[in-house]
Amino acid sequence: MAERSFAEEVEKLRLSAGDVFEGEAILAVTKALLQSGVAYIGGYQGAPISHLLDVFADATPLLNELDVRFESSASEASACAMLAASVNYPLRGAVAWKSVVGTNVASDALANIASGGVKGGAVIIVGEDYGEGSSIMQERTHAFAMKSQVWLLDPRPNLPKIVEMVEQSFELSEASNTPVMLELRIRACHLYGSFTAKDNVRPRFTQKDALENPVRDVDRIVLPPASFLHEREKIERRWPQAVEFIKQHRLNEFFGPTEGDVGVIVQGGLYNGLMRALELLGLADPFGRTELPIYCLNVVYPLIDDEVKAFCAGKRAVLLVEEGQPEFIEHALNTLLRQADLNTRIVGKEILPRAGEYSGEVLKKGVRAFLDRFAPERLVDSPEADTPHPTELTAMGADLPPRPPGFCTGCPERPIFTAMKLVEREIGPVHVSADIGCHLFSILPPFHLGNTTMGYGLGQAGSAAFNVEAGKRALAVMGDGGFWHNGLSSGIGNAVFNRSDNVTLIVDNNYSAATGGQDILSSRADNSWRSTRHAISDAVKGVGVKWVRQVNRTYDLKDMTSALRDAMTSREPGPKIVIAQSECMLNRQRREKPLFNKAVKSGERKVRERFGIDPDTCTGDHSCMRLSGCPSLTVKPNPDPLRRDPIAHVDNSCVGCGLCGEVSHAAVLCPSFYRAEMIYNPDWKDRLMAKIRKAVIGWLQTRADSARLARAI
Amino acid sequence: MTELQITPRSKPKIRPITIAITAIGGQGGGVLADWIVSLAGAEGYIAQYTSVAGVAQRTGATIYYIELFPRAAAEAEGAMPVMALMPVIGDVDVVMAAELMEAGRALVRGLVTSDRTTLIASSHRIYGVTEKTAMGDGIAKSEKVIEAAVKRAKRLVLFDMAELAEQNGSVISAVMFGALAGADVLPFPPSAYEAAIQRGGIGVKASLVAFRAGLARAQAGAPALEAIAEAGPAEVTTAAGGRLVSRIAQAFPPTLAPILLEGVRRLADYQSHAYAEDYLDRLEGVLAADLAAGGAQKAYLLTEEAARGLALWMSYEDTIRVADLKTRASRFTRVRAEVKAAQDQLVYTSEFMHPRLEEVCDTLPAGLGAWILRTPWISKTLEPMFASGRKIATAKLGGFLTLYAVAALRPMRPSTLRFKREMAAMSVWLERVKAAAPRDYALGVELALCQSLVKGYGDTHARGMRSFEAIMAQADAETITPERVARLRAAALADEAGKTLTAELGLAG
Repeated sequence: MAERSFAEEVEKLRLSAGDVFEGEAILAVTKALLQSGVAYIGGYQGAPISHLLDVFADATPLLNELDVRFESSASEASACAMLAASVNYPLRGAVAWKSVVGTNVASDALANIASGGVKGGAVIIVGEDYGEGSSIMQERTHAFAMKSQVWLLDPRPNLPKIVEMVEQSFELSEASNTPVMLELRIRACHLYGSFTAKDNVRPRFTQKDALENPVRDVDRIVLPPASFLHEREKIERRWPQAVEFIKQHRLNEFFGPTEGDVGVIVQGGLYNGLMRALELLGLADPFGRTELPIYCLNVVYPLIDDEVKAFCAGKRAVLLVEEGQPEFIEHALNTLLRQADLNTRIVGKEILPRAGEYSGEVLKKGVRAFLDRFAPERLVDSPEADTPHPTELTAMGADLPPRPPGFCTGCPERPIFTAMKLVEREIGPVHVSADIGCHLFSILPPFHLGNTTMGYGLGQAGSAAFNVEAGKRALAVMGDGGFWHNGLSSGIGNAVFNRSDNVTLIVDNNYSAATGGQDILSSRADNSWRSTRHAISDAVKGVGVKWVRQVNRTYDLKDMTSALRDAMTSREPGPKIVIAQSECMLNRQRREKPLFNKAVKSGERKVRERFGIDPDTCTGDHSCMRLSGCPSLTVKPNPDPLRRDPIAHVDNSCVGCGLCGEVSHAAVLCPSFYRAEMIYNPDWKDRLMAKIRKAVIGWLQTRADSARLARAI
Repeated sequence: MTELQITPRSKPKIRPITIAITAIGGQGGGVLADWIVSLAGAEGYIAQYTSVAGVAQRTGATIYYIELFPRAAAEAEGAMPVMALMPVIGDVDVVMAAELMEAGRALVRGLVTSDRTTLIASSHRIYGVTEKTAMGDGIAKSEKVIEAAVKRAKRLVLFDMAELAEQNGSVISAVMFGALAGADVLPFPPSAYEAAIQRGGIGVKASLVAFRAGLARAQAGAPALEAIAEAGPAEVTTAAGGRLVSRIAQAFPPTLAPILLEGVRRLADYQSHAYAEDYLDRLEGVLAADLAAGGAQKAYLLTEEAARGLALWMSYEDTIRVADLKTRASRFTRVRAEVKAAQDQLVYTSEFMHPRLEEVCDTLPAGLGAWILRTPWISKTLEPMFASGRKIATAKLGGFLTLYAVAALRPMRPSTLRFKREMAAMSVWLERVKAAAPRDYALGVELALCQSLVKGYGDTHARGMRSFEAIMAQADAETITPERVARLRAAALADEAGKTLTAELGLAG
């Protein structure tokens, strides 16, 4: 990891049998992988699983000791393809990504690995980014598991359980020659808890063994006739083997009494929420002991017919708690029960919402509605129905200022969009094809720039249809992360090939910033274990782009606007690429702030810059904020009793990036901004000059003050 | 299948303690959650916490959720509690909000219930982007949130925790942790909290100081509302000033005195005592119109709004004024405080100024300035000299002397091009206000308020002036109503391109 150290987390990976591991669930998974004898690990970063990869990236020495290979994958597709190592060899491997977006990208490789099957355990950790706080489209990974027939685990959110399920997923994978996906929702990934560690296990078989003794089995390759064999094998062999393993090892759990006229089937990940709902309804205690029979699906695909039938037999109705849609489990259960001639009513989306996260309220309401209909006697001493939400609060909610995510203080991407707005003032509005990354915040206030986003690295591809003769050009945006993920080939190379005339702006901030600041090919930092400093400009020229402009300091609005203006108006044919280069401020501050403080402490002369605003010249129009949106540039009540509009104000979090000054120059705004240079540990020259300046300026100021006093009332 | 013989209803209720923390990304909500988990763990509680941090970036709303369960109770049962990953309405013991509107959001989500929830919130504001980018006053009202907090919380600890943190050289999370200890809702003594901070190991000293301040403040309860300082009688230091003050006392209703005093103080400072007398002359005219229109019953609102607008108009921000304000000794002191400079630290400022040829000509004697602007060959020759912005180092000799020289042009201001233009436009406006009042008092007030549209510099000023003039062009129509003027004024502030105003102007009055 570039500017952030995970050394502390790496230490936790060294815990041995009997030690107590404390930390987030996603870190517990990293430890569980090492306890499982994994031989290789890969993945692509993204919330909520970034930490897993960050920790492994920092754990190279430990991984070397254990003979484990960690690869920073170029994309989820590359990560998934890496599992090919487990096809011919008894190598255990794990990869991780954010889902559903990552699974979308990986689906080609996923279908291939699922078709041929695996010999060594292959496990995919997916961070299911669904519900509150999600940054992506709301879809289910479940669909991919079904269509490729890989098994999907959804463990209940409890650290020991999650760790156990990681370990068992390798065994399940090997027992059924099928890759296994283990999904963790956002909250589960960030769940802080503890479990008792085991020793790390070295892989019994390593890639070295494989390379030196390669084996090959043509039946494992997806090409006819083997591909037809694979489909039959999935149904006739691998599926029954998986079912047998899941049953035998009791991966799914039963809670509460065996008998009852009603029961609940729940996805493992929602178990805790369900139990809280039952507790609040007086149907369970805080330890999960309940009067209702509960069938907890830690494996949500495949379903275990025998377990389902046994659970449903004799019950009038069963509530199915299945989050998201389509309701695949509900469909499957209904078919299953119908075929088994069981009359149990499966109640799912008819009571629970079809869309959206199953929060505590939703579950409480759902369980109550279910019991009300099918077992009202069980609700006897439960509290009355929830009091309705006070209307005055709803009204207040509408007045609360929204808090859309935005660019950080001093972010180098902000001036890019300020420049775009300024260029739009000259050439009129432009069609902007956006991408995935921090730069997508341009669609929000204050910039309001961007028409569509079609996926990671697909900014340029999203503007392909607009490659036509017109008075204006489309402008595509792409981040360095997306560029290396696939944008170089899917966007830039293809624009060259198709003789596109459009403009692509590549935001090069030294990191894959939105996912947490990981290094990528074009990162400027030295990285002991990866090769960096491969310039984006070389890459685009390499695929045939002739028109390339690089802006080396995005804060220089003049340079930035002129590059954009030229690109939008140039008469030269072919794709025009503007590379906007400045380091991500969050990561730069992580590195530089401690160094600065250290230097100041050691007595070195240092200058800190920050911006400020004179309250008596600011008139409260806020043009500056409409062109910036920096968190440190804010408003405060007007101290002038004659004025009413709040004035602009720069708070102490300002990092002195300089954009405020550039904006007020470029947009001819107002003279209220000043840059303050604060000198730490001044040298003799500083002190001498200060003395002279103070003498002259002080004398003149005293004169002016006395003239002013004569004008006072 | 496991089977347990249990009857949960008959058992005494042991419930987890539930805590929700709402904050804005970057406020240190995670640090606070870590401290609470560490505290509870050391005090014999099983702690679970989770968060929805959202994207890695700042400014988004974030929620952390913690559950604590007594370890002894779990051991007695021989079972581990099943803890939830998100708060349920009506089942939250403590809500901690690191900003007032986030407290509002917690209230709206229903997390705060009067039978159960202690709400610990900081009353300070971090403004949202929509509040900041409004062209006028877009700040959300705090009163409603405070009212709802008082009404809905079982207990409320509300004070400016950000300020207290700053006073103590630390971060808001430390003060909030102190407030939690002071609220005494968790079964732990303050010493246990301090131990948790010490175990955290980062910024321990400053955190402890801020923690103790937060603790003391929360224990002290709500302070009595500070009386708003009444503006005392004006302190008179000059004879001419004395004449202005007594003129205000004699010629104007006493309720208007504060605003008029502010006006004359501003204008004497801006130009001269005579200029301030001129201000009062003009206002006497407004007051006469006000009285004639029955203003006595309306608290002289017309005169008040005109006094405000007139003072601002007469003290329009020209290069002379800006140079004057930027070079004052008091400004140097204010900058030092603003940037939190240490005592004796050297601080230099660079001003970002962009005087274009227009502004330069505005500062020249009217004839000369106008001649340059209307003579293409000379303005074309001069323009490039003022095409780009300048950075002026005010605290260094070159920069200071430049600005000082410009500020010294003050006595000749009345002869400048800009002065003539502003005074002409101002007189037209003031006459309109006076003429409208007898016809429709509210209309006069609305027209007076339109002055607020004319603000800023350069393009911003030009845009404001265009909107102002577009509205004034409607003001003489027979059918104009005060409501329409108010609508037009709001429309002028709705967007920068003036689309809303154009649309509103297109509508029949």
